[in-house]
Amino acid sequence: MSNLILVIWTIIKIMMVMVPLLLSVAWLPYAERKIIGYMQIRIGPNRVGPRGWLQPIADAMKLMFKEITVPASANKVLFLLSPVLCIAAALGAWAVIPFSDALVLSNCNVGLLYVLAISSMGVYGIIIAGWASNSKYSFLGSMRSTAQMVAYEISMGFALVGVVVGAGSLNLGSIVHAQQGGLFHWFWFPMLPLLVIYFISAVAETNRAPFDVTEGESEIVAGFHLEYSGMSFAVFFLAEYANMILVSMLASLLFLGGWLSPFEGVPILGEPSIFWLLLKVSFFLLLYLWFRATFPRYRYDQIMRLGWKVFIPITIAWLLLIGALVVTGWAWWNV
Amino acid sequence: MFDTIARYLKSLFLLELLGGLAVTGRYLFRHKLTIQYPEAHTPLSPRFRGLHALRRYPNGEERCIACKLCEAVCPALAITIESDQREDGTRRTTRYEIDLFKCIYCGACEESCPVDSIVETSAFEYTFERFGEHIMTKSDLLKHGDQYEQRIRADRAADARYR
Repeated sequence: MSNLILVIWTIIKIMMVMVPLLLSVAWLPYAERKIIGYMQIRIGPNRVGPRGWLQPIADAMKLMFKEITVPASANKVLFLLSPVLCIAAALGAWAVIPFSDALVLSNCNVGLLYVLAISSMGVYGIIIAGWASNSKYSFLGSMRSTAQMVAYEISMGFALVGVVVGAGSLNLGSIVHAQQGGLFHWFWFPMLPLLVIYFISAVAETNRAPFDVTEGESEIVAGFHLEYSGMSFAVFFLAEYANMILVSMLASLLFLGGWLSPFEGVPILGEPSIFWLLLKVSFFLLLYLWFRATFPRYRYDQIMRLGWKVFIPITIAWLLLIGALVVTGWAWWNV
Repeated sequence: MFDTIARYLKSLFLLELLGGLAVTGRYLFRHKLTIQYPEAHTPLSPRFRGLHALRRYPNGEERCIACKLCEAVCPALAITIESDQREDGTRRTTRYEIDLFKCIYCGACEESCPVDSIVETSAFEYTFERFGEHIMTKSDLLKHGDQYEQRIRADRAADARYR
């Protein structure tokens, strides 16, 4: 009986994370279309509901009622399995994300490692999707994605090692605690290059513009999800946006002090709160959309050069600097 | 040498990229140019070449005298005319058809017409639901002429200086 209660309670807790997450995943494309529209001096979707607010519902309905077509020469099992693999990786990582001191599904001691491990699984979904479709474009897309993910996982990992060295912990909650003490104790200040590299690598990891060669509409039609339709496509779409939110969440937890207030010490405003966290996440999400509205797609060899020859050396150098600060005791934040 | 270093520094600090972001950031707050089409329209030139019409004189007599200049000048061979003598002895068309799928809306028919009968109106919001509706018969064209006479006359008046 007590086991049953535990299971139900766990499911309720999971729902409390997943429902808001999936709702924001649904409305993020709407925000994207609006913001990119505004940057192109258009007004974006405004026909469904007041100011277009119900557009995501219309999109979801359309996708749900569409037929899921499976190409004749595709490997049917893997073809239908790969979107599940993608979304599982994108949602599974949320298990250890803390929203405040108390609000966390699993206060895991190696939280950051878990997030890295799970989110790296997502690339398998993409590879399998490209291979199982048995289509040239899909396969090219997934090949590109694989090489890109491998290259950028390294610089992203190194950037995160900087944070781990600085905080002395892999627990996401303790990493936020290590940043207590005001704006300049947050890790963005001592680790600004790492933050920049982390975020750019994260954009590349989530296959978003300007690193969206995996999809590359102009060259390979839609890349790995070319053969997908209806809900099977929608699941890829959800996974992409869930990953964007996850990466923004990590960036705000690791570099911008998570739920800590920028006005620490000031009454009321200085209180740590989940709203600060959401504000920071929204900022990073805005950056995603802003990049997409601004930058043209990278050439493939430039992506590789940037990943291997620029990001990795810079992260290693900065890692040495952070290590030296910590070892000599000159680190001004709470190690 | 210094140029190379400067170039490297410039790309390392993402200066050009930040400049690009600043541009799009400014445009975010610009006045939006979208025209909400079904509710609002873009201004049309009086020379706009849309749906065809055959005009009438104010006394109700059709202008077309079946000279077939439009048929001859039409580069897309979209116009078909047959003519006969009416009881009162005047030459009139018995058949005047424009195939709108062939028509390229060049306006040559309008320019060639000596009596200002065939014109292209500023109407452009029309659809065909069945095959065959795209062939405008003489009665269709005369109907358009009656329907759009006000607009046709206004457009001509606005453009009169340049004719």
